[in-house]
Amino acid sequence: MKTILSVTVNGQPRDDVVPDNMLLVDYLREKIGLTGTKVGCDGGECGACTVLIDGRPRHACLTLAATCQEARIDTVESLAHAGRLSAIQRGFHEKLGAQCGFCTPGMVMAAEGLLRQNPAPSEADIRSALAANICRCTGYVKIIEAVQAAARELAS
Amino acid sequence: MEQLPQMRMHRPATAEEAVALHAEAAAARYLAGGSDLIVNVRRGIEQPEALIYLNGIGEMHEIAESDGGISMGGALTLRQLAENEILRRDYPAVAEAAGEVAGPSHREYGTLGGNLCLDTRCIYYNQSEWWRATNSYCLKHRGEICHVAPGGKKCFAAFSGDLAPALLLFDAEVELAGPDGRRRLPLAEMYRNDGLDHLTLAAGELLVAVHLPALPADVRSGYAKSRVRGSIDFPLAGAAVRLSVKDGALGDLRVALTGVGSWPFLVPGTEKFIGGPLDEETSAQLRELVRAKAKAMKTTTTAPHYRRRVAGVLAQRLAEGLATA
Repeated sequence: MKTILSVTVNGQPRDDVVPDNMLLVDYLREKIGLTGTKVGCDGGECGACTVLIDGRPRHACLTLAATCQEARIDTVESLAHAGRLSAIQRGFHEKLGAQCGFCTPGMVMAAEGLLRQNPAPSEADIRSALAANICRCTGYVKIIEAVQAAARELAS
Repeated sequence: MEQLPQMRMHRPATAEEAVALHAEAAAARYLAGGSDLIVNVRRGIEQPEALIYLNGIGEMHEIAESDGGISMGGALTLRQLAENEILRRDYPAVAEAAGEVAGPSHREYGTLGGNLCLDTRCIYYNQSEWWRATNSYCLKHRGEICHVAPGGKKCFAAFSGDLAPALLLFDAEVELAGPDGRRRLPLAEMYRNDGLDHLTLAAGELLVAVHLPALPADVRSGYAKSRVRGSIDFPLAGAAVRLSVKDGALGDLRVALTGVGSWPFLVPGTEKFIGGPLDEETSAQLRELVRAKAKAMKTTTTAPHYRRRVAGVLAQRLAEGLATA
């Protein structure tokens, strides 16, 4: 009923005993205390729980922690270094890509996943990569500008 | 959402091992991506005691050309299918259907086998435990009556996988591993039109791979769907079309539908258009034929008559686009 889980979370290798029925989002939030990852809809419809698993966006609320053996998991907490925001975080900050902020960690990680695969995305690429993430505040325009700003910064 | 039940996870390395584990365990379910299964577990619709996790089975991740066709492992992700060069070139309806499933994050872990074996869906079924309890459950799960058609004893929950209609166009076969060994089955025979029990698979049978046969060079195909949220959602109606054109006449025409019945199916009667042109008159006839065969019921928040109409229009537009491509 339990698994010894060996994973790398935000660059740190870890071994934890996790119940087989523990969701990744509960492992991150409750076991490790990384509460940046949010739970919105509980059913894969909102994308607030998006984290990167081996560099690809996935829903932490629909992934069992025990299926992440040997995986590399990156959450929103991995982005800033020594208090300095990453390019995508700075984009959201400067372009006002966040309002209430609840969707933002998922939105940021989906965008981070996109920029790792495609450092110079078109607007269509950005819309397509963020299609599984809902924001009820911004109307998306500022979010797309945030990702474009981050891409420009990474290119310079 | 409900608390997840206690479950034991098993990690077989081969399909045969998976089948044996499934047979030993009580209330076992195969788990691949889990993008649908885990939602249903959280809603109390599924309460497995054992999960047989398929990701460690090497052959289920393979994709290769074989006998001029292509073989695809059941654990391939939808993104892998959508990006596959062979599918995009020779079986574009399949690549397009894979790329139209849910959103990009779901496609990173949702799988071919999972999409083909997707449970049927209904607004009275895909709800939380407290919602269903409050509404006296339904025929599909713990209840006595179907709220969609209260007079009958049939469940109308809709099959909503996007890949199945595209694969039906090409006479796909599924390779199944079960307690009695392996067998191959035409994909069309894996389904029945029954929302309660839409898969003909035997207990514990595992979909290991899907095989597509070689195609004539001039076959064109495509997939389109209608949905509530354009960026992510199950189909209100989905249509896959395959055709070929020679000297201005249709040499081949097939239409398969999803989301408008408890199974995905090839629309009967399209062969009558073969040999003639696809012009304004015949494409309208095709639209009406498809609409007549799309027997959507009130299983979504969108009205059934709209879904029937949209099925016909999707097929018509696809056929017109492919015929003039």
